[in-house]
Amino acid sequence: MSTAEVGNGIDWNDPSIAKIRRDMLRFAQLQLRDAGAAEDMVQEALFSAMKYESSFAGRSALKTWMFSILRNKIVDHIRKSSREIAGSDLVSGNAEDGDDFDALFNERGHWNPEDKPPTWADPEASLSQQQFWEVFDACLEKLPPKTSRVFMMREFLDLDTDEICSELGISTSNCWVILHRARSGLRMCLDSNWFANGEAAC
Amino acid sequence: MLSCKDVTRLCSEEQDRPLTLSERLNLRMHLAICKACTNFRQQMVFLRAATRRYREGRKEPDGE
Repeated sequence: MSTAEVGNGIDWNDPSIAKIRRDMLRFAQLQLRDAGAAEDMVQEALFSAMKYESSFAGRSALKTWMFSILRNKIVDHIRKSSREIAGSDLVSGNAEDGDDFDALFNERGHWNPEDKPPTWADPEASLSQQQFWEVFDACLEKLPPKTSRVFMMREFLDLDTDEICSELGISTSNCWVILHRARSGLRMCLDSNWFANGEAAC
Repeated sequence: MLSCKDVTRLCSEEQDRPLTLSERLNLRMHLAICKACTNFRQQMVFLRAATRRYREGRKEPDGE
């Protein structure tokens, strides 16, 4: 039970709430890349949480519950606004800069010796390290914006590719390509900035 | 026989759609002999785990 939970209620003035709010804001900003909209989403999520406090049954952590409300708010926002953010942009975004992964492979489609993914030492342990998440954030921010948007919708908002495609007006296969690009970019970034001391694959 | 490049694509797509039987068999054959692609695949699985953790607020319940 969190320190903010008092008996059956939640103490909304508890400092732990302010901290959750800051984390929510960072999450929303990363997701929306729009500070104003992020602030609005977090505000709405907090109001909802307060309003529906009684439906928080303590089955999950308070923070997890509040994040799930925020996630729903962001999904709604994206559904409302995605047509405006132009699927056509995404389609033409096939060649967003900095994502030339073909260069990792030779003409027969095999890894270049220096580009082979090495083994990562104990990646699970990284998940509990604050510094890892700082690198993770930085790597997410380095993804090209449109690629990042599709990746976020898929991984953070848990939409399936069919829904993402229809929201953004892109084909399913285009969606898969964009996701592959996003994951490859994130993998490379984490590899060089966090796991760099791993053993090279033979 | 799949190339490493094809395999990386399948390793990403298997997170978004069920692979066909022949894709699964070809993938398994390739991974059996390719350490680099095996690493790549594990790293895709790790990314999924990391994003799951992230969206729940990153930390263990109530953890600092």
